[in-house]
Amino acid sequence: MLAAKLNGWMRHIPVWAVWLVALLPVPALLYLAATGGLGREPIEALEHELGEIALKLLILGLCITPLRRFFGINLLRFRRALGLLAFTYVALHLLVWLVLDVQILSQIWADILKRPYITIGMAGFVLMIPLAVTSNNLSVRKLGPRWVKLHRLTYAAVLLAGVHFVMVRKGFQFEPLIYLAVIGLLIGLRFLPKQSRRVSKAVP
Amino acid sequence: MANRWKNTLTERDITPEAAYLDRRRFIGAGIGLGLMGLAGTARSETLEPNPWEDITQYNNFYEFGTGKDDPARNAHTLTTDPWTVRIDGLVDKPGEYAFEDIMNAMTVEERIYRFRCVEAWSMVIPWNGFELADLLAMAGVQSGAKYVAFETLYRPEEMPGQRFPVLKWPYVEGLRLDEAMHPLTIMATGIYGKDIPNQNGAPLRLVVPWKYGFKSIKSVVRITLTDTQPPTAWNTALGSEYGFYSNVNPQVDHPRWSQASERVIGGGLFARKQPTLMFNGYEEEVASLYAGMDLRENY
Repeated sequence: MLAAKLNGWMRHIPVWAVWLVALLPVPALLYLAATGGLGREPIEALEHELGEIALKLLILGLCITPLRRFFGINLLRFRRALGLLAFTYVALHLLVWLVLDVQILSQIWADILKRPYITIGMAGFVLMIPLAVTSNNLSVRKLGPRWVKLHRLTYAAVLLAGVHFVMVRKGFQFEPLIYLAVIGLLIGLRFLPKQSRRVSKAVP
Repeated sequence: MANRWKNTLTERDITPEAAYLDRRRFIGAGIGLGLMGLAGTARSETLEPNPWEDITQYNNFYEFGTGKDDPARNAHTLTTDPWTVRIDGLVDKPGEYAFEDIMNAMTVEERIYRFRCVEAWSMVIPWNGFELADLLAMAGVQSGAKYVAFETLYRPEEMPGQRFPVLKWPYVEGLRLDEAMHPLTIMATGIYGKDIPNQNGAPLRLVVPWKYGFKSIKSVVRITLTDTQPPTAWNTALGSEYGFYSNVNPQVDHPRWSQASERVIGGGLFARKQPTLMFNGYEEEVASLYAGMDLRENY
C-alpha cells in the first residue's frame, strides 16, 4: 500500500532535516532583500514573504491529522517542528514589521489598537505563544488532557492568520481567499463525525 | 496655457538621466544639504528624482497583475499604437482624438513631482507631459461641465489582470473641473525624456500630484465632461477606504494604516520613513481649491 510505503520511507527522515530545509528561506530572503533581489522595496517584500511562509507552515500543520485519518499517512512526528517553524516565521514577520517597517514606537501600539488587520494578526501571534511554550514533552506530560485542549487554539490562530492575509490585500483578490478557504476546509474536517467506523462495526 | 507651473529643476529643461545621477551623488556628498536648508516653500525645495528602475519596476497597475513587479513583467503585451482618446460629454468638439494629433497640438514640458501612493510609499518622478487644461481647451469645455471622467483601456486579451474581478473594469477616475484645470494637473507621456513605458500607463496618463497615486489613471482612452460627479474605480470597490477626492493628507488616516508618514522607494532594507506633507507638498498651490471643505468628510 502506498500509505504504508510512504510511512516507512518518512521514518528515515530526521526531524532536524525538516528544520534545516524549512529555515533555508531565512538566509536566502535576507540575502535577496539586501542585494535587490526582492525588488525596489525590499522591506514590504521581506515582510510579505515571511508571513506567507508562516501561513503555509500553519496550513501544513493542519494537514497532519486529516492525512492520517483519511489516507493513513502518518506525519505526526513532524507536527511539532511544523508548528514551531510556523511560530518562528510569524515572529520574524512581526520583527520585520516592528524594526524595518513601522519603526516609530508610538505608532506601533496605535497600529495594533487601531488597525483591525494588525489587531487580528497580533491576536493570532499572541495565541501562538502558549502553544510554542508548551511544545515540549514535559508540558505534554504535565498538562495531560489539558494539553490537547490548549492546543486547539491552533485552529483560532490559523484562522486569524488567514483573515489577516485577506484584510491586508486591496480589492477583491483570489490568492488570500484561496488560503482562507483551505484553512476553513481543514478546520471543518475536524468536525466531521467520527462514527463511520463505528457504524461499519455495528453492521456486520 | 502651457508652462503655468515651474519647479526648481526645470532650468535644465530636458535633463539626461546621467545628469540626474550626477546630481544624486552631489547631494549624497552633503553639499546639497545647505541648499535644502534654505527651502522655505514646497516650490523651492530641491526634489531628487528616483532612478528609472524604481519608477518603472515598482508599479501598481492591476490590469497587469496585483504584484508590484507584475506590470513591468506583463505590460509589454499592450498595444499603444494606434491610440485614440475619445473626448465627449459637455464639450464643443466631441470625437476620437488620435494620440499623434494630440501630441502635435500640445506643449510637452518636464514636471518633477512627488508621487505618493495611498499605500504609504512615495517616489519623485520627472514626468514629461502637457497640461490637461490645454487638452480640454482643445475640445472646448461647455459652461455646464462640472466634472471630468476618465477611463482606462479595457482589453483583457492584452491586459491579463482584467480577467480577474479585482476591480470593476474598465478602471475609471474623476476630477472636479477646477482640479482638472489646475496648472499642476498634467497628462504625462514621458519619464526622463523617454516615452512613458507601458507599465507606467502608456501612451498617456493623468498625473495629479497632490492626490494619492490611484487618482492618476493610466492608459487613458476616454475623457468625458459631465455635470455630475462620476464614479471612480476604488471608490466603487471600497467607498469607506477610498474617497472621490483622495487628496494626500497626513492627518486623515486610511482605515487600515496611517497616512502620517511614507517610505521613499529605493532606500533599501533600512530606509527610514519620512513625514507625509499636506497635499503632498503642494498645499500652497491647491489648498484654495478646498477652502471651507471638511477634508475628513471629503476624504
